[in-house]
Amino acid sequence: MTPDGRRVLIILPAWNEADGLSAVLGEIKQQLPYVETLVVDDGSADRTAEVAAAAGSAVARLPFNLGVGGAMRLGYRYAREHGYDVAVQVDADGQHDPAYVPALLAHLGEADLVIGARFDGEGEYRARGPRRWAMALLSVILSRLTHTRLTDTTSGFRACNRPLIEFFARWYPVEYLGDTVESLVGAARCGFAVRQVPVAMRARTTGRPSASTVKAMIYLVRAGLVLLLAVIRRMPGELKELAPGSPSYAAYLEEQLARRQLATEG
Amino acid sequence: MQLSTLTSITGIVVLAYILELLRRQQLREKYAAIWLCIGVVVAPLGFFPSLLDSTARSVGVASGVSLVLFAGFVLVLLVSLHLSWEASRLEAKTRTLAEDVALIRSRLAELPDGAEGGEAR
Repeated sequence: MTPDGRRVLIILPAWNEADGLSAVLGEIKQQLPYVETLVVDDGSADRTAEVAAAAGSAVARLPFNLGVGGAMRLGYRYAREHGYDVAVQVDADGQHDPAYVPALLAHLGEADLVIGARFDGEGEYRARGPRRWAMALLSVILSRLTHTRLTDTTSGFRACNRPLIEFFARWYPVEYLGDTVESLVGAARCGFAVRQVPVAMRARTTGRPSASTVKAMIYLVRAGLVLLLAVIRRMPGELKELAPGSPSYAAYLEEQLARRQLATEG
Repeated sequence: MQLSTLTSITGIVVLAYILELLRRQQLREKYAAIWLCIGVVVAPLGFFPSLLDSTARSVGVASGVSLVLFAGFVLVLLVSLHLSWEASRLEAKTRTLAEDVALIRSRLAELPDGAEGGEAR
């Protein structure tokens, strides 16, 4: 539990991450003793689930590989079933520094979804060529859609509150870039507020980023397609009943107000 | 051999095969409806290929062969579209099932000294 009484779950989607996982989990436990973790083993062939369980984390093991989007919806369903107030998504490969999690949590009061973003002052990572154009295109369009400045829309480092946990537990796209871009567009289109917090990302402890120009071109085209689909797809009507402006969201706000008062009095 | 012999045999074989698949419960009823309709259309055309030309003329197509090509193409397009749609639905359902399995497994692992719990602990 956080000092102000929120129960926080860190969801780590992991696919064949047995090598670096225990270090990542150890760091989280050391820096954030008040959070609980869930490793979603996305059909790994290695000992990911065993490593996670040995490090003291809860584990949900998918019978086959679904991709990050599939793993994340499972994570949000777990968070909903276990009644968490906040869910934070962190990559299992160690590129996200858990030291930034408190900053994400601090901004959840003013937004439903807080994204830890590169290119916003912190850190030194720079992309070039088609990959940069793709990122720029995504940033411009998504900033418009969300009415806030977004510099790193494909960041998998993000925190969300309870109404959005409920939302993502029901709807989380499983397709390419669905876990980052499309889920963001879907939440924004239903009226959830999005903010970004500048973070520095580290080199991955395992795996390596794809850097070839051809791959970057393909990325640009696919990102454009994903964006187009995300904007024209109709959102299921029942999801809007969870969004800001609905009775269930108003009830959530009241509850939060009461909790904050309790925290300040105590 | 006359052309109508070849086409009528083909028509009968196609219809019989569809019926046999249905009878052995290898085809779900929702797919069977489409294929039965196709069979019912194809079989008489096999016996009376001349029907084709008069049908073609009545819908404004000059030759029966063109009509068959056109109709066949549209049909195959629709059927494959239908199958893509079914496959998407099935994938969505499999995904939900996989998530359910994972949730249940994690619940089992949380049970104290559960029979399954030992594995993931």
